[in-house]
Amino acid sequence: MMERTTFHRSLPAIALALLFAATLFVAFVEVDFGEPRIEEELPVNYQPGEEIDTENITTPGLRYLANSSEETGSANLVTAVVVNYRGFDTLGEVTILFLAATGVGALLSFIKDDDEKKKKKILPPSLILNKGARLVLPLIILFGVYVFLHGHLSPGGGFQGGVIIASGMLLFYIAEPTKGASHKVISIIESTAGLAFIGLGIVGLMTASKIFLANDFAGDWGEVGMLVSAGLLPLIYIAIGFKVGSEMTGLVEKMRGDGS
Amino acid sequence: MNGLALVFYGGILLLIAVGIWGILSRRNLIKVIMAITIIATGVNLLLVSVGYISGRAAPIVGGDTGIDASSTTGSVVDPIPQALVLTAIVIGLATTALALVAAVGYYRKTGSLELKSWSYGLTNEKEVKK
Repeated sequence: MMERTTFHRSLPAIALALLFAATLFVAFVEVDFGEPRIEEELPVNYQPGEEIDTENITTPGLRYLANSSEETGSANLVTAVVVNYRGFDTLGEVTILFLAATGVGALLSFIKDDDEKKKKKILPPSLILNKGARLVLPLIILFGVYVFLHGHLSPGGGFQGGVIIASGMLLFYIAEPTKGASHKVISIIESTAGLAFIGLGIVGLMTASKIFLANDFAGDWGEVGMLVSAGLLPLIYIAIGFKVGSEMTGLVEKMRGDGS
Repeated sequence: MNGLALVFYGGILLLIAVGIWGILSRRNLIKVIMAITIIATGVNLLLVSVGYISGRAAPIVGGDTGIDASSTTGSVVDPIPQALVLTAIVIGLATTALALVAAVGYYRKTGSLELKSWSYGLTNEKEVKK
């Protein structure tokens, strides 16, 4: 009977949701799927590999595709867009993440209930989880470091690598409910990484182009495809990796509660 | 509109519809937050599929990809939607964490995750507790 009333009540919701989807679908019928719409400004008889005059190109995607290897030295063009062309946006994104982590901590301290402070019995983890986590944790952290170190060469980057490290720490928290990384260490790593990001931006302010977060060393230290090829991009992604990793670990730690 | 477009756009919009239905009809706060993340996933998929160009590779050059750094135009997809989605995923994670903490606060105040009325805070707190 309960189910029937719930279903009856959700009929208007189903109708509204389908109406919304249908409206959007009518709009998206007009959007051609899989069409090269960024290349409308290419010359008519363009051959792949041909040099094109990028002075008159206004489509950002095409401009980035044509220039990014020379301008940034990064093999991964998504990384070139995220860290080089829109590095300032990424700084804002990292700030939002920091604000959210701070907000979680602040909200949790506001809503702490006295009843909840009573010590709860924590079930010990199983032997397999406990020992397996110890075996796997170093490998997960190594993989995370690999992902953010190679963010400019292969799929991945600072955000992804940081989240991989934090997921390893989550496994550690499940396997060892009474232990945890020190809050102090986490916040020191987090603030150092954030300051390193801003410091690398100021390096761009001091070098030739005198623009915040400019990447003037692109291609100076190696060919495209080498670990050191992309100038400051790998360094910025290392800073982001440490920042996101420590921030997410702190978030998991805060949501876990006292643990004891 | 070809079949692949129908699968992508239709499927993604159905996913978004499922999320909207979840927000409107579920009363458990955790389920509402799950519905919000389903909508976020749908929107991310929509952005990536708008940037897709048929027959093109991922925007990575050199190495084993077989794409030369000088001939990226015409052989790889648009990198900008993918970069935007990277940002959107991170922001979505941050908002989900905040929403979950708000749900914890609601649970500690009312002793339940069920939304009995949307006017919580205006009504008597003890009444909601019942």
